[in-house]
Amino acid sequence: MAGSPVVERLDEDTFPKILLRNARVFADRPSIREKDLGIWQTWTWAEVLDEIRAFSIGLKQSGFKSGDKIAIVGANRPRLYWTMVAAQALGGVPVPVYADSVAEEMVYVLQHAEVRFAAVEDQEQVDKLLSIADRLPLLEHIVYDDTRGLRDYDHTRLHSFEGIQDEGRKAVAADSGAIKAWEAGIAETKGSDLAVMLYTSGTTGQPKGVMLSFDNLVISARNGNTFDKLDEHEEIIAYLPMAWIGDHVFSLAQAYTAGYCVNCPESVETVLSDRREIAPTYFFAPPRVFEGLLTHIMVRMEDAGKLKRKLFDYFLDVAREVGEPILNGEQVSFGDRLKYRLGELLVYGPLKNQMGFNRLKVGYTAGEAIGPEIFRFYRALGLNLKQLYGQTEASVYITMQPDGQIFGDTVGTPAPDVEIKIADSGEVLYRSPGVFVGYYKNEEATSSTKTAEGWVHTGDAGFIDDRGHLKIIDRAKDVGKLQSGSLFAPKYIENKLKFFPNVKEVVAFGDGREFSGVFVNIDLTAVGSWAERNNVNYASYQELAAHPQVYKMIEEHVDQVNRDLASEPMMAGAQIKRFLILHKELDADDGELTRTQKVRRSFIAERYAPLIEALYDGSKTCHVRTEVTFEDGRKGAIEANIQIRDMKTYEPVGGITREAAE
Amino acid sequence: MNAHVQPQPVPGSGIARGDVLLQVDNVSLSFGGVKAITNISFDIRKGEIRAIIGPNGAGKTSMLNVINGFYHPQEGTITWRGEKRRKMKPYEAASQGIARTFQNVALFRGMTTLDNIMTGRGLKMKKSFFWQCLHWGPALTEEIEHRRRVEEIIDFLEIQAIRKTPVGRLPYGLQKRVELARALAMEPDLLLLDEPMAGMNLEEKEDMSRFILDVNQQFGTTIALIEHDMGVVMDLSDRVVVLDYGRKIADGPPEEVQANQDVIDAYLGVPHG
Repeated sequence: MAGSPVVERLDEDTFPKILLRNARVFADRPSIREKDLGIWQTWTWAEVLDEIRAFSIGLKQSGFKSGDKIAIVGANRPRLYWTMVAAQALGGVPVPVYADSVAEEMVYVLQHAEVRFAAVEDQEQVDKLLSIADRLPLLEHIVYDDTRGLRDYDHTRLHSFEGIQDEGRKAVAADSGAIKAWEAGIAETKGSDLAVMLYTSGTTGQPKGVMLSFDNLVISARNGNTFDKLDEHEEIIAYLPMAWIGDHVFSLAQAYTAGYCVNCPESVETVLSDRREIAPTYFFAPPRVFEGLLTHIMVRMEDAGKLKRKLFDYFLDVAREVGEPILNGEQVSFGDRLKYRLGELLVYGPLKNQMGFNRLKVGYTAGEAIGPEIFRFYRALGLNLKQLYGQTEASVYITMQPDGQIFGDTVGTPAPDVEIKIADSGEVLYRSPGVFVGYYKNEEATSSTKTAEGWVHTGDAGFIDDRGHLKIIDRAKDVGKLQSGSLFAPKYIENKLKFFPNVKEVVAFGDGREFSGVFVNIDLTAVGSWAERNNVNYASYQELAAHPQVYKMIEEHVDQVNRDLASEPMMAGAQIKRFLILHKELDADDGELTRTQKVRRSFIAERYAPLIEALYDGSKTCHVRTEVTFEDGRKGAIEANIQIRDMKTYEPVGGITREAAE
Repeated sequence: MNAHVQPQPVPGSGIARGDVLLQVDNVSLSFGGVKAITNISFDIRKGEIRAIIGPNGAGKTSMLNVINGFYHPQEGTITWRGEKRRKMKPYEAASQGIARTFQNVALFRGMTTLDNIMTGRGLKMKKSFFWQCLHWGPALTEEIEHRRRVEEIIDFLEIQAIRKTPVGRLPYGLQKRVELARALAMEPDLLLLDEPMAGMNLEEKEDMSRFILDVNQQFGTTIALIEHDMGVVMDLSDRVVVLDYGRKIADGPPEEVQANQDVIDAYLGVPHG
């Protein structure tokens, strides 16, 4: 069903207008759920309208004006989503902020965005904001969702969400025209108005405020819905940071335009079991979620009984062979289909149920390259997992994989209404209705990213292959050359290694150097479970990482990658000559990863300069001392002697078939 | 994660915040020839956090056992909510409104977090055995009500993720939290915590401190705790009583106790000769 005709009507060009329509058309359909006290609490679209209206009018009472900015800080909670639309109804602009950033990181964004209001989740966030309040002279009011622990706070600038709603309801009771006036205000909002400001997590430099208009979001969301035939019957789970464009589009823009239901998990730790209960039909996750899930399954299968393991292995082989062709609608023999059916009954079905994917219609992954083995595993089970390529500046969608044309190494064809071209430098450029208005108060960055004709530089290097699919190699500025002149694409090497379950994170170096060398982070779940089974004792991550047997294991993986690289003429020169295993996990709290868990290569290069030096001066070990930041902001230090291993490299050979990365 | 915990009127009939909830007068306790507690007097006021500290073997846990009625002292009196206490059977003691946690975690290891906390409500279930066996009608209504209270506590202590996990599989810090949850499920007037932070890492300690303060503020629960981490004691408690070899050597606000020479001597030792 390609959406009811009402959904296709384009009169409603802003989210407040769409809210009014949804409350009318989908009045009794669920709009949002939150698991609370162990039970899923549901609000219908009509109820959501009532909640948002009360809050919005209350917000107005406390002085919120058109053009005001309201910061949104917290995990995915219905009330925080409502706050966004409530502010938009008054002509205001929500500014979602990464909730796990420390106060210092928040200051810049809140100052830059000039927020007058803030809607936050709980005491933790209130404390954070109060601690930096003296540096935010414009911030007047803080509204909080969870009242816990806040009773004895000074409430002159602090308000509970219900408190504001009560004000709104009182105003409605006192003046019968209040609702009319509020709706009249909504009628004045236009598609070209600013809808939201999202700060990019900033792999380099200060974060930039990406301004997106209602048109950007509404049109992109409608295109996305049509592309995957999403309608009001979808269920999704909202668990990714609200400050991230992906969540904004999936949990708000697409949810409003299609009218589907968004489910907010009970807490960050319960996402897995909550997902199993909801069984979303539309799901988005960065590759590491799928990797983590697969690792988790494999680890648990190691502990399963013999019969179960046999069944699992047998039917997984069947699925690997025929699962994808069946999913792609290709011709498959009757016998194979029968075997696959049986597998579905015995293995794939229960497995999908465990993962919460048994109703999945379409799933997406993006942000980083996903391991081909991992990608194929999910597709073989009959899950329609696809890749997309997107950016905040594009309101997500740049390219997507259409059903039936899924290739593991590409990110698909241009999304509806999107044009793509490749610059001479190899950089990918795009133009679409979703292209952002500009960076807030940063003309310079806007003009260097967006050309006068509306083309946007992605900063990624890639090419369009003969099937018309886009293939991304790496960040344009990261692609470099070794001294020998051969191409060095760090991410390409890193991803190859990361596809091994034992490897969690990799950082590759080599630009302008003699050869490629890498830092490896082991995956504590996978390697820890291996250690348990093999009676390897360890007291800490550090000890396990330095274990000779772990080194041997990683050595085998690196060797496999080198063989792989040798078989690809363009990449053969970049084989890994030396590697080491880091003594600590790379962590966003230490600034080594971005908040979206991407490696900040230049920062790491600076922080671990002695290690890099050791990588290239031939020494066998290196002593390092690293400062770490604990969750509460205090600092400590870790010291370690790290071993460095030399690797064998292979002659470039063409035509070798790639072995499975297992 | 919305808070459902409304600020409740301070429980405990007729005793206002700040009044004496429990009074210990000249209490002595001995096991045969061993004198565990000698002539100790102090009080616990409604709504406060009272710490009991002292070196190893000072009689702190014995004191806690006297307070909750598990031991009956040979000498002295205990006045609980204005009434002098007589010797009680354990189940009578349990229904007095005093809940506790233990120095070594004492949970049902094979049961889930949820079931463990539900056991804390056992005394409050009023329906007969027969109804409970049927698990229908009034008994079911009652259980749903109790489950709701338990869910509030789960929400309060942020242990949703381990609701269905057998306690034996949980890390130590979380087990301690489950134990606190079970004690809270009794909706006690007085909560006794026997070394709530023992064996925890710094982060777990901070969490636990936060929860203890929140329990005190949100539920108005009076708390008496034994703890060895002096930083925690000084930050959390309103008043501290110090025991040494079964005797009371100091009593007062944290700053005062910290500066007391006897206390310093008891902890650091005095040079002899």
